[in-house]
Amino acid sequence: MREAILAAFAIAGKDLRAELRSRTAIVSAMVFASLILVVFSFSRDPARLAPADLAPSALWITFAFAAMTALNRAFSVEREHAALDALLLAPIPRESIYLGKLLGNLAFVFAIEAVTLPLFAVFFNARIGASLGGLALTSVLATTGFVAVGTVFSAMTVRTRFAELMLPVLLLPFMIPPLIGAVQVTVRLFADRPLSEVVGWLRLLAVYDVVFVTLSLVVFPSVVDE
Amino acid sequence: MRPSEGPLLVAAGLSRAFGPLQALRGVDLSLAAGETLVVYGPNGAGKSTLLRLLAGIMRPTAGEIRVGGRLVRPGDPASRRGIGLVSHHSFLYDDLSLLDNLLFAARRHGVRDAASVAGRALDEAGLGARVHESPRSLSRGLQQRVSIARALLHDPLLLLLDEPFTGLDGASAGRLRASLARRAGEGRAAVLVTHQLAEAWELATRVAVLSAGRWVLEEPRAGAYAAFAARAEALLDA
Repeated sequence: MREAILAAFAIAGKDLRAELRSRTAIVSAMVFASLILVVFSFSRDPARLAPADLAPSALWITFAFAAMTALNRAFSVEREHAALDALLLAPIPRESIYLGKLLGNLAFVFAIEAVTLPLFAVFFNARIGASLGGLALTSVLATTGFVAVGTVFSAMTVRTRFAELMLPVLLLPFMIPPLIGAVQVTVRLFADRPLSEVVGWLRLLAVYDVVFVTLSLVVFPSVVDE
Repeated sequence: MRPSEGPLLVAAGLSRAFGPLQALRGVDLSLAAGETLVVYGPNGAGKSTLLRLLAGIMRPTAGEIRVGGRLVRPGDPASRRGIGLVSHHSFLYDDLSLLDNLLFAARRHGVRDAASVAGRALDEAGLGARVHESPRSLSRGLQQRVSIARALLHDPLLLLLDEPFTGLDGASAGRLRASLARRAGEGRAAVLVTHQLAEAWELATRVAVLSAGRWVLEEPRAGAYAAFAARAEALLDA
């Protein structure tokens, strides 16, 4: 068990080290996220729609599409020079590969979210200070849900001809529940509603995480084994 | 994983199909510690598929593989502990340095003192001065040297090699031959697949011919290379 966890951390560490060295995905994700925020910000008619009405949806659409950039890259780096074969040959459980990839993807997406949030506050004139704790919790729960599913789909689609097209097609339906939950919580947090109003949604997000991380761990070995 | 009393590698009734294409048909092979099996076959004969099956990367459609007496299965990580693979792909990450590539390989194989083992392996590959460079800055031959170093990091009992001399200059090919001979002397086994039999002839203790997924000949290496090559070509033409 200890070896399996160490292997997962080694894989996550490798992915982050490679990303720090190349900075290809993080830069494109940041630019992409900024563009979405700019488009949402300037497409709004200020006389008819208050920033607060649009802000939660804009925030989560930005997070979701930025995450897609990370997920597209997750297994494409393993396809170059067939590095995935070396992972499969290693004496580590297939589940460790999944967990390592999940941890690496989560670190990547959380980094994008952390940088995007201040930009969002500027563009939407949102006062996020008071709701930062709640936003962080919502972000952890919702992001874990769709990144967990996305990591499996990334492995599934990497051997297909149109991997970058297939991934969003497969993943978007599974993103809807955590995104709805996250938007619902964010609406209430921005409206300074009491925490008791969002507990139900947070529980739903947590259940989604437990169910889909468990299912992904079960399914992943058969996805990567030829 | 330690060498067992019986054969180090046993494959029985090994078959693999890709849809309607039968890539490998009922291959049986057995290899003792210290033996080197050279498998000769033309392009598309099923050589790479055979190695991927022996490595436990791919599931056979039928048959089974045992290494050191233990059944090799994707779900049993420990069954792959004693296996190393030099593929025709480098398995290297372009966005990591050479040292980080080998460190990662050593760690996932549970090598102790991974940093010094990885550094020494690069020194022995003649790349000690380039450890912080990316694989993409290396020529094909130098990448092959790193691939070989990577496969040997955990001193596998069974080394699988797919066209290992590709891209290597004469000196590097000589070093690889010497390394394989030394490993054989230490009781390590190897399966080397090639369509350039002459390059590997002197290394072989056994030679086999694979044609259209069929194991058409296997025997101990004896006599001159030219005589065996003529027989092998006749079998492939038949």
